[in-house]
Amino acid sequence: MNQGQKKSTTTTQLRPSVLAKQALPWVLPISLLIVWQWASSAGILPSRFLPSPRAVVSSFIELSISGELWMHVRVSTLRALSGFVVGGGVGLLLGLLTASMHWAEILLDTTIQMVRNIPPLALIPLVILWFGIDESAKLFLVALGVFFPVYINTFHGIRSVDRGLLEMGRTYGLSGWPLYREIILPGALPSILVGVRFSLGLMWVILIVAETISARSGIGYMTMNAREFMQTDVMVVGILLYAILGKLADLLAKGLERYWLRWNPAYQTAR
Amino acid sequence: MPVTFSSREIADADERCSRGVSVRIKSVNIAFGGRTVLENFDVEISAGEFVAIVGRSGCGKSTLLRSVVGLETPQNGTISVGNVGEHNGKPDVRVMFQDSRLLPWRRILPNVMLGLEPALIPQARKVLAQVGLAERANDWPATLSGGQRQRVALARALVHDPNLLLLDEPLGSLDALTRIEMQQLIEDVWRSRGFTAMLVTHDVAEAVSLADRVILIEGGRVALDEVVNIPRPRTHGSARFAALEKRILGRVLQRRPVVEDKW
Repeated sequence: MNQGQKKSTTTTQLRPSVLAKQALPWVLPISLLIVWQWASSAGILPSRFLPSPRAVVSSFIELSISGELWMHVRVSTLRALSGFVVGGGVGLLLGLLTASMHWAEILLDTTIQMVRNIPPLALIPLVILWFGIDESAKLFLVALGVFFPVYINTFHGIRSVDRGLLEMGRTYGLSGWPLYREIILPGALPSILVGVRFSLGLMWVILIVAETISARSGIGYMTMNAREFMQTDVMVVGILLYAILGKLADLLAKGLERYWLRWNPAYQTAR
Repeated sequence: MPVTFSSREIADADERCSRGVSVRIKSVNIAFGGRTVLENFDVEISAGEFVAIVGRSGCGKSTLLRSVVGLETPQNGTISVGNVGEHNGKPDVRVMFQDSRLLPWRRILPNVMLGLEPALIPQARKVLAQVGLAERANDWPATLSGGQRQRVALARALVHDPNLLLLDEPLGSLDALTRIEMQQLIEDVWRSRGFTAMLVTHDVAEAVSLADRVILIEGGRVALDEVVNIPRPRTHGSARFAALEKRILGRVLQRRPVVEDKW
């Protein structure tokens, strides 16, 4: 009881400064927005250059009511996630394999390290040649880009699992799959999740470029299509959508970290 | 928290005495990268005996322990751990390391349950209660103190009902008070369960207070093999205790000038 009372008094004392702290990050973006709206209404910023914030909001509402927006968002998200699942899955499996089996490392690692240095986007001309502007082209590019961060961090994570714990596990008769389940995978998980978070960012970057260059649907297509008709408001909506989706992906990754790594004091206190 | 054993458990000690197994180490040689650690090493430990192994850092005492459980392989010689009872069952050997080596991603009870069937949960809870941590079963290891973590590590070893318990400086990183508490706990479980124990330690007083026999390793061989004939429970202050501790400590320190002369 006593403790609870003490706590509540400290929060009331802190409240003004906490509010200021929470408001502070938003001061700059909101002022920019105000300046932007003012410049548009005053005619300083022509709408074929950059639409006013109000025009962006109204076109967002329009597009979402007509359902066009959600169709594009759904298509893009599906592409992004399927590419992530394929590339991340293969990266995870190969990372597990090369980190656990010496022969696999000798056989595969050199090749993977060489391919890693090719930017996936440099492959776009070839990929269009191979797959056309089909779904498989986007899937391939996203999967390829997502593969490397997951692979490298899985490899690193497994290699840096505490030797002492492995030794302890063996003295308790663990080997094979039980050793993986109890010690190796949980030990590598913090590193694997770093790779996942990195990949999720990369996933959108690659998809945006791929959709911008060759697609018949998706947010990138919507944006490029709007350019043909000089619909700058739709273009800005598309760009903002990527920002929101990217942030959502990051929140998802953070959520996974907080749940899976809740045993780790470093993730318990991080809020 | 003091740990108490029911009188029934103490009374069981006699019938449980058969739990311990003998350990026979014969002409064992272990070298790392050309540096000999153990040379033609012989030691016999009888079933149910508590043996402490002391010596300077790097004398090979940990290596000896690790080779008994198969974490090191001797270049030659044999290490045999006796069979259990009349069934000739495979002996259960457990190790307690200097660091607790709990899995940070498992809560306390699952840590104690490592490698066991879920059916043994009541057993694990009972052992956790014996080491005085029943109410911490659902906590993460990170929230426990060093001494508490070592008690969990002890519980994890004990739930398997080991025939041989190897203790590799398990109390080395604990503060003085926690150490004394843990020594008491280890002695109590050893007396009630009757397993064979091998304790590697830097602390001669700890060796004298716990062990039936103190072995000093020096230059890869047994330099001293001293039976501790002090009735239990032993008190650190007693004259016999102090005299024995002093003699063994003196012997441990004795060789230093000789080594320096060689340079």
